[in-house]
Order: sequence, then C-alpha cells, then structure tokens
Amino acid sequence: MTDTLVAFDDVLATYDPAMGLEVHVELNTASKMFCGCPTEFGAEPNTQVCPTCLGLPGAMPVVNAKAVESAIRIGLALNCEIAEWCRFARKNYFYPDMPKNFQTSQYDEPICFNGYMDVDVDGEVFRVEIERAHMEEDTGKSTHVGGATGRIQGADHSLVDYNRAGIPLIEIVTKPILGAGAKAPDVARAYVAQLRDLIVALDVSDARMDQGSIRADVNLSLSPKGSDQLGTRTETKNVNSLRSVERAVRYEMSRHAAVLDGGGSILQETRHWHEDTGITTSGREKSDAEDYRYFPEPDLVPVAPSRDWVEQLRGTLPENPTARRNRLQESWGFSDLEMRDTVGAGALDAIEETIAAGSTPQAARKWWLGELARRANEDGVEVTELGITPVQVAAVQALVDGGSINDKLARQVFDGLFAGEGTPEEIVAARGLAIVSDEGALSEAVDAAIAANPDVAEKIRDGKLAAAGALIGEVMKAMRGQADAGRVRELILEKLS
Amino acid sequence: MPEITRDEVAHLANLARIDLDDAELDHLAPQLSVILESVASISGVAGDDIPPTSHAIPLTNVFREDVVEPCLTPEQALSGAPAVEEQRFSVPRILGDEQ
Repeated sequence: MTDTLVAFDDVLATYDPAMGLEVHVELNTASKMFCGCPTEFGAEPNTQVCPTCLGLPGAMPVVNAKAVESAIRIGLALNCEIAEWCRFARKNYFYPDMPKNFQTSQYDEPICFNGYMDVDVDGEVFRVEIERAHMEEDTGKSTHVGGATGRIQGADHSLVDYNRAGIPLIEIVTKPILGAGAKAPDVARAYVAQLRDLIVALDVSDARMDQGSIRADVNLSLSPKGSDQLGTRTETKNVNSLRSVERAVRYEMSRHAAVLDGGGSILQETRHWHEDTGITTSGREKSDAEDYRYFPEPDLVPVAPSRDWVEQLRGTLPENPTARRNRLQESWGFSDLEMRDTVGAGALDAIEETIAAGSTPQAARKWWLGELARRANEDGVEVTELGITPVQVAAVQALVDGGSINDKLARQVFDGLFAGEGTPEEIVAARGLAIVSDEGALSEAVDAAIAANPDVAEKIRDGKLAAAGALIGEVMKAMRGQADAGRVRELILEKLS
Repeated sequence: MPEITRDEVAHLANLARIDLDDAELDHLAPQLSVILESVASISGVAGDDIPPTSHAIPLTNVFREDVVEPCLTPEQALSGAPAVEEQRFSVPRILGDEQ
C-alpha cells in the first residue's frame, strides 16, 4: 500500500504544520532505575535482571539517586522549573515488554516542567518550548519469531530479553511547535541535534541514536493556513537518526496533506518509521491517556529535591552550547557560513577534538566537511557515525603537513581507515602511498613528459607558463599521484627555461 | 453523585483483561457505583488544606546509590518461565503494537 503524497511546497501553500517532539534519553547510570542490575549495552540476553526488573512478586523498587540527579541537570539545562515535590506513577498496560504489566513513570507530576531551548536553524533562532521532562524506566526488548519480516505482523511468537527493562529514561516532551512553516523539518532536526549535544555536554547518556540511547517520537498535525485550531495528530515512533527526524516530518506533512486534500480525515494513531524506505506505516490507534489508568506508585515515596541540591546541580552545568559555539567560532576564525555548515553537519565536537589533536582549524574543517561529509552522505549516516576518530583525522593531516602525502593520497588513507587497515602511517606504508621524493625518478618522469609533448614544451619555452599544467598532469599520472605537484612544476620550468 | 455506567465497567474490564459476561456486568456496575459513592464522601470531609494521600508514611527521597549489585543468573531468571528459547522468555504471539 503506497500513500498518496502532496509535494512539500504545495503542503505549505494550504496548511500550517504543528509538531510535538518526545525524546527518550537513556541515562548512562551504572545501575538501573529501581534496582542494582547493570546497564551494559549488548550483554547476553537476560543476564542483567533481578526480581525487581523482572517484576517478580514481592520485589521492591528503590530509586537510583544518580538518575534523579541527571534528570534535574537535564531539566536545568533546558531552563525548566524543578518540582519541589513529585511522585512516580504506574502506567498500566498489558504487553510483555514490561513483565510487571505496568511501567513505572511519572504522570501529572513530572520532575521538570516549563522550559525552553533556543534552536539555531540556519542562523535563525527558533524557541522550542519544553512542556516537561519526566523520569521513567525503559522496557524489555522483544524479538518476533516467524513471519517474513521479523515484525509483529505474521509472527508465531515473541522472545523477550529484559536486560533493558528498568534502565532509567528521561522523556523530554515539547509543547506544540507552531509557526515553523517550511522550516518544520529543519527545526525538528535541529532541536533533536541540539538536545543531543546538550545531553553529551551534560554527560548523562551515551547519546548514541544508533544504539537507541536517544529515541525520538515525532507528533505532527496540519491545520488549514491561518486557523488556530490544531489538526488531528499522528505519532511516528522510534525515529532514530537526525536525518530520519527531518524526513519523518516531511513525509507525514505530505501524507497528511494528501488525506486532507482528498476530503478524508487523519486517524489519531501511532505510525512506524521505516528507515530504509523513508516512509511511515500505520501502527495502532492511540490509546487515551486515561486508558493507562495511571495512579501514584505506592512502592516509591515522593521525590522532593531540596532547593540547595537543585542549586548545587545548577553549578555543575556545562557551558551553554550556543555560547560555546560563539566562543569556538571566534577562536577558530570561521566565517558565519563555515560555522553554520559545521554545526549543521554535527561536526563541531569532531573538529574541536581534531584541533586538540594537532590540526589547524581550517585543515580540520576541510576533512570533516569535505571528504568525510561526502562519505557520510553517501552512506546516509551522520559524519560522526562513520567510525573515523578526530585523532585519526589529525594524524592524516599531520602526514600531509609533513609532506609524505598530499590531499588526494589522503583520501586513499581514509579508504584504508574505513577498511580497518591500521593507523594512517601503517596504511601509507602498506599501500605504498608516500609521495615519491626521489628526485631522480621525478626528473625522469618530467623528461619523458617533455619528450612526449614537444609542442607543449615549445609553448612553455616561449613563456606560456599556463601550458605547464598539461605536463604536470601527465607527470602526476605517471607517478600515480604520488608526487608533489609543486615540485613537478618547478622541475618542468627549470628544464624548459 | 458519582456513577459508573455498565459500558464503563465493560471498558475497564477489557483494559484489565478481566472477562466479564453480561450477567456479571449487570451485577457489578451498580456495586461499583456504590463503592465510588462511598469513597467520594471522603472528599466531602477533607478540606482544601488536606492534600490527597498516596503514601501512609511521611517520607521523601528514599534513594539508593548508583552501585551495581549481583543479578540473577539467566538460568535463575528463566526458571519460572513457561517457555524459553535462545535464553529469552518465549511469549505467545503479540497482538497489537508496542507501547
């Protein structure tokens, strides 16, 4: 079944989008939210479980102090108010990912509320208001067996691993984001990107979208242009890359518009995001909140963070990412455009670390926004997800600076790094990439090129130095690119003077 | 006067996965209404200065340090499972979607 879509520009001619983003952040605590089980990613199934996170009768939860601390720090960094008193609540539902038949969460008393984040979209600041950030626990992981696609549909039975059940989560919910218009997909992406940067700066999570430690749900609705009534929304779940956040917003806008244009109405439902095809498909009808029959968790006493504690935590907040960007821009001497591209590519940290490892700002920018960005784009991943480290980039640049390779050869060194062939130095040696500094060999190649192109040589002798380019090209080709083009030019001019 | 309708009881029973037949619904709906009424009468006694109580003990901030403690072995964890496959709990086919 293929959805009918309306071209993006046509959507905007008729409708205003409203978005709401729910971002789940898995905290990097050593132990779980309510028990002492470890939280390592990728452990053997059901090796990090105990009576509490398995929901066995009689087990009693106790709150992890570090998780509360992280929740408060996230809230403060998002300019939220911190509740003086709040409770956990049970969200009741029957689904085997929570063996207790409820998820311990917070309902009408979130620990953080009423905040905002100023999001930079192409140099324009857009304020995203934060409704709340609350504490809850992650669920177990189901694998569906049988059926063609590994999805629920058509499966015979499911297998559940509870290692993830009970890992602390902070769910950050925005207020409806209105007025973004054509920039809605960019605002959504920039918000999640900036939130991720903040989470990284706070060091409260691994912040790995590819491992699910940050997961976004994208709510979207359209209303007729100028109307102040919000339309019916859909919630696209588990959008797990920045690029997908942008694409999911764009797709749902186009899909909603087609349904509404055709005189239909949007069904309030969850949607599945398909990373491979970039489309959403229908999930389940959205339950009313009251169907979860939330009630205060009787096994956990209220959390009442003292104002002293909150202020003490405020003192631990890292530099605001926007202030940091301004500081770095000045120190690196980047133009506004260069800085915007750097931030847009999510390469700020990578460039900072590359500079720390010894590169100049412009050299670091050249690789992260050039060759590496190109490869990331080809692979459909973020540049920081390529698996190339700032230290490696700095090492490649150091080889260029030292004259043993040039930028063109450096690309082959990156090929080697992707293929896991060792350090940049080892790759240069193993692949024989080093620039030939043997003057004899170079001189021979130049002589051969001159002999093969007497007419070009004549022009150069007559003072038409621009013609040297053709000979340089020939020599570089003969040397398989492994020569210093500047030196080749010098030799040609010497010989033909 | 709080009253719970037969339809609401049927809906709640469904949410709680309690299988009630028509006769049981007819029987239970009025009873639940009476219970709700009795509970609601407490609201009449409590003044605005008395907050709703969810915990009997006046304690807050009972925390544990973020320290890893020993877990169950997978054998122990799975020992009560009706069915096990690939060191995971095997559950019947799931209808509907994840939460």
